[in-house]
Amino acid sequence: MSAALAQAFSMVFDPYTLMVMVIASLYGLFVGAVPGLSATMAVALLVPVTFFMAPIPAIAAMVTATAMAIFSGDIPGCLLRIPGTPASAAYTDEAFAMTRKGEAEVALGAGLVFSAVGGLFGTAVLILASPALADFALHFSSFEYFWLVLLGLTCAVFISSDRPLKGVVTLMLGLLVACVGLGNPAGFPRFTFGNTEMTGGIGMIPMMIGMFAISEVVRYAVDTLPPAELAVEKVGSVLKGQWALAKKYPVQILRGSSLGTLVGALPGAGADIAAWMSYAMSKKFSKEPEKFGTGHVEGIVESGSANNSALAGAWIPALVFGIPGDSITAIVIGVLYMKNLNPGPTLFTTNPQNIYAVFMLFVIANIIMIPLGILCIKVAKRILRVPRNVLMPLILLFCIVGTFAINNSLFDVGVMLAAGVVAYLLEENGFPTAPAILGVVLGGMLEENFITSMIKSDGNLMSFVTRPIAASLAVVSVLVWVAPLLRRLLRSRGPAPVGS
Amino acid sequence: MKLNDAIFGLLLLVLGIAVLAIVQGYPKIPGQQVGPALFPGLIAVALCVCGAILLVRGWRDRASVPWIQAGPWIRSPSHLLAFCTVIAGVVFYILASEKLGFLITSTVVLAALMWALRVSPGRSVLIAVVASLAIHFAFYKLLRVPLPWGVLTPYAW
Repeated sequence: MSAALAQAFSMVFDPYTLMVMVIASLYGLFVGAVPGLSATMAVALLVPVTFFMAPIPAIAAMVTATAMAIFSGDIPGCLLRIPGTPASAAYTDEAFAMTRKGEAEVALGAGLVFSAVGGLFGTAVLILASPALADFALHFSSFEYFWLVLLGLTCAVFISSDRPLKGVVTLMLGLLVACVGLGNPAGFPRFTFGNTEMTGGIGMIPMMIGMFAISEVVRYAVDTLPPAELAVEKVGSVLKGQWALAKKYPVQILRGSSLGTLVGALPGAGADIAAWMSYAMSKKFSKEPEKFGTGHVEGIVESGSANNSALAGAWIPALVFGIPGDSITAIVIGVLYMKNLNPGPTLFTTNPQNIYAVFMLFVIANIIMIPLGILCIKVAKRILRVPRNVLMPLILLFCIVGTFAINNSLFDVGVMLAAGVVAYLLEENGFPTAPAILGVVLGGMLEENFITSMIKSDGNLMSFVTRPIAASLAVVSVLVWVAPLLRRLLRSRGPAPVGS
Repeated sequence: MKLNDAIFGLLLLVLGIAVLAIVQGYPKIPGQQVGPALFPGLIAVALCVCGAILLVRGWRDRASVPWIQAGPWIRSPSHLLAFCTVIAGVVFYILASEKLGFLITSTVVLAALMWALRVSPGRSVLIAVVASLAIHFAFYKLLRVPLPWGVLTPYAW
C-alpha cells in the first residue's frame, strides 16, 4: 500500500499535473461564473483536450474544473441574480437578497468556504467508503450487477425528476441508442442501416458534447431575456466573518454535506438536486425559517456545502461499479474507458495507485479552491462582462473540432448536432436528460449482465433472486418503481395513514 | 418550442413499432432463449406503453394545452436567425470542411454566427480569423488532429 501511495503522490505532484490543475481551475472558475455554461459543459468541453493527456492529469483536469465551476456558479447568482450553473439555482434568490442588503461579501464568502468544506467532506466519504464497497463488490456476479444497474437506472428516473413517465421515456431512448452497433453479446449489428460508421455504435463523447454544450449554445441563441445588470460595484474581503458562520452553523454544514454526498452517490441525481433538497431541508429544520428568502445566510451555508459534496459523492458508484452518480461522472466514465482505466472493483486491487491519486486530486482541488476562488471573485466583474455573443460561437467551433478530434470523423459531428437539438427539444418539454445519459452509459452493461445471467441460469428467471444480495437489490428496485403507485392508491383511498 | 404531449406520444409509438418491426428480422442464437432481438424488443415495448400514455394524456388536455406553442423567439427575427445559424453552421462545417479546408470553413461559421448574434461585421470577421488560426494551431500543431486543408493544401504549413 505504501508503495502505491508513494507512486500516487509522485503522479499527482508531478509539475505537469499541477500545471494542468491550475489551468483547469481557472477554466472551471470561468465556465462556472458565466451564466449559461454549466459544470457538466465544462467537463464535456474538456474531453477532447484530456484525450491527449495521460490518465492522471486528465482526471485532475476534470476533478478541479468541476469543483471550481460548482463554486463559481454562485458568483453570478449573487451579483446578477442568474445562477452560473444549475447547482446554484436553489439559493440564487437568497444570495441576491443578501447582495441587496449590502452583504454580497458574506454570501460569496459563504459560498466559497462552505463549498470547499462540503467538497472535503464528500472526499472523506469517498476515501473511506469506496475501498470498502469495492471489497464487497468483488464478490458480485452478473446477477448482482444486473440488479445494481437496474437500481441505478431506476433511481435516475425517480429521483432526478418529478415526472417519472418522462424520465422513463428518456431512459428508454438512451438504452435504445446504446443498442446501436456490434457491441452486444451476440455481436450482431443492430440498427446500423448498413452504415459502417454506426457498426461501432453511437459515440458517447460526441453525444455528450451535443447534449451538454450544443444544447446550451442553442438555448443562448433563442434566449429573449434582456441582459441582467450588475448589482454591486465592489466586493470587499470575503473571508471576514466566515469562521463565525462555521461556529454558528456546524449542524447545517454537516447535514448539508451528508445529504449532498448521499444524493451525489445516487445515480442520476447530482449537485443541482442536492442543492435544492438541502436548501429545503435547511428551511424546514431552521430555528428561524421566516428569514429564508430575505437574505439569510443559513440556507446558503447548507446547500453551498451540499452541491460540492455531491460532486465527490458521485464518484463513489462511478469508481466502484462503473455506475455514474451524475451527468459529470457519466462523462468521466467515458474518459476512463478511453484511458483503459475501466471502472469497477478490480481498479482498486490491480491499480490502487490510480485510486489514491484520484483521492489526492480531490483533496488538492478543494483546498486550492479557496485562494483561486478569492481571485475569481476579485475579477468577477470582468468575467461577467465577457461578451457572450462572441463566446458562444467560439464554444460552438470548439465543440465541432473537439468532437472531430476524438475519431477524426465528421459523422460524429453530425451525431453531436443531432444530440444537441434533441436534448434542447426534450428539455424544453420537461423531459429530463439525466436518465438518457445513464441509459446510454449503462445500456451495454445492463444487457450484458442480463444475457450472461440468463445463460448461466439456463433461462430460469428465479435464479435472479436466489442469491441474497441480488434478491435485496431486486426488492429495493421494485419498491422504488411501486412506491409512487402505492402512494397514489393510498391517497385515493382516503387520508394517508399516520406516519407515512 | 413546446409540443403537446400527444405529439411526443405519437412519435414514441411510431418509434417503438418501427423498432419492433426491425428486430423481428434478427437471428436467434441456437440453443439459447435470448438473442440480440430481446433487449431492443423490451425497450420498444416500454416506448410503446409510454407513448400510448402520453398520447392519451395529451389528447385529454388538448383543450388547455396547444399542439405547438412556439417560444417568443420564433416571432423575433434576430433570434430566429441566430437559431438557424447555429444549426446551419454545423451542417455547413460537416458538408464543406473537407473541400474548403478547416481554416476557411471555421472562419465562415464563426463570422456568420457572431454576426447573427449582433457582433459588428468588422469585429466578427477579425475575431473569426484570429480564433480559427488559434484553434487550428492548438489542435493541428499541438494535438496533431488531422484537420483538413482543402483548397488551401498547396499553402499548408
